[in-house]
Amino acid sequence: MNPSMLWVVLLATSTLCFAIKIVGHSVPERWLAHPRLQRINALVPISLLSALVVAQGLVVHTHVEFDHRLAGLAVALAALFARAPFPVVVLAAAFTSAVVYHLH
Amino acid sequence: MSGFAKNTVRDSLSVALTVGAYGVAFGAASVAAGFSVLQSCLFSLLTFTGASQFAAVGVVASGGAPLSAIAAATMLGTRNALYGIQMAPLLRVRGLRRVTAAHLTIDESTGVALSQAPRGTAAMRLGFWLTGVGVFTFWNLFTLLGALGAQALGDPASWGLDAAVPAAFLGLVWPRLENNFLRLVAVSSMAFALVITPWLPAGLPIIASALVAAAMGWRPR
Repeated sequence: MNPSMLWVVLLATSTLCFAIKIVGHSVPERWLAHPRLQRINALVPISLLSALVVAQGLVVHTHVEFDHRLAGLAVALAALFARAPFPVVVLAAAFTSAVVYHLH
Repeated sequence: MSGFAKNTVRDSLSVALTVGAYGVAFGAASVAAGFSVLQSCLFSLLTFTGASQFAAVGVVASGGAPLSAIAAATMLGTRNALYGIQMAPLLRVRGLRRVTAAHLTIDESTGVALSQAPRGTAAMRLGFWLTGVGVFTFWNLFTLLGALGAQALGDPASWGLDAAVPAAFLGLVWPRLENNFLRLVAVSSMAFALVITPWLPAGLPIIASALVAAAMGWRPR
């Protein structure tokens, strides 16, 4: 992405996210209190974050690719099951992925 | 300091420090995606809602279009509006304070405020402001450190940064998976995103995964 587009992403994201916060503090409660909206809204972060895991970990542009990152993700998953704290999860994934990357 | 205040301060600061430290991962991910150190810091100062920031740089890193990055971040930011609806009647502030309160309305400030309910309204307000200001301070500080660190490291793959970013997303979604239904939503979203990847432009599968949330949240369980 060219540098000016990075600025567009930064400024548009910041403006919209701030506008959303202002809306929440300004509109009457009943406007956003619809149960369906609340149910879906509670699931959106889970869906998007999950999709980001695979988009970042298993995809190169528009191809699914299993490479050194998969090894890192597997270790991260194991660390999470072992109730490791967040920094340990991330560092273990990075270390494993880097080792596999250099072995290839 | 009265009893409730001491406990509220402790709760707020421990959350602020823990969550703020995630800023290192954001700063590093942002620089790895191609943003400058300045842009990464501005993201944390101006957007100040972690999941949205991660999503924006994540879509950019995966080669997505600017509009995809903005849409993904905005969709993740919508929950802050629902938090604002709960916080506004509690805080009862106007003018510049209201704008400040809105900017500080995120998962953690809302969460700590709500958790202080047994200690009363004053504790809830204190929890909101202390957590909000605390996370803001540490999140921005750690973003700078992460961005500078990643810039110094160079090639992201060589240091495992390209795996650290998805691992960070996994670490962010993990605590939300409190029951089998939510785990099913996560696994379905991953499968859906993978299956549609070859047919859509890069970045779009991330946004399209919101369809899984819509489908699974359509009817009450």
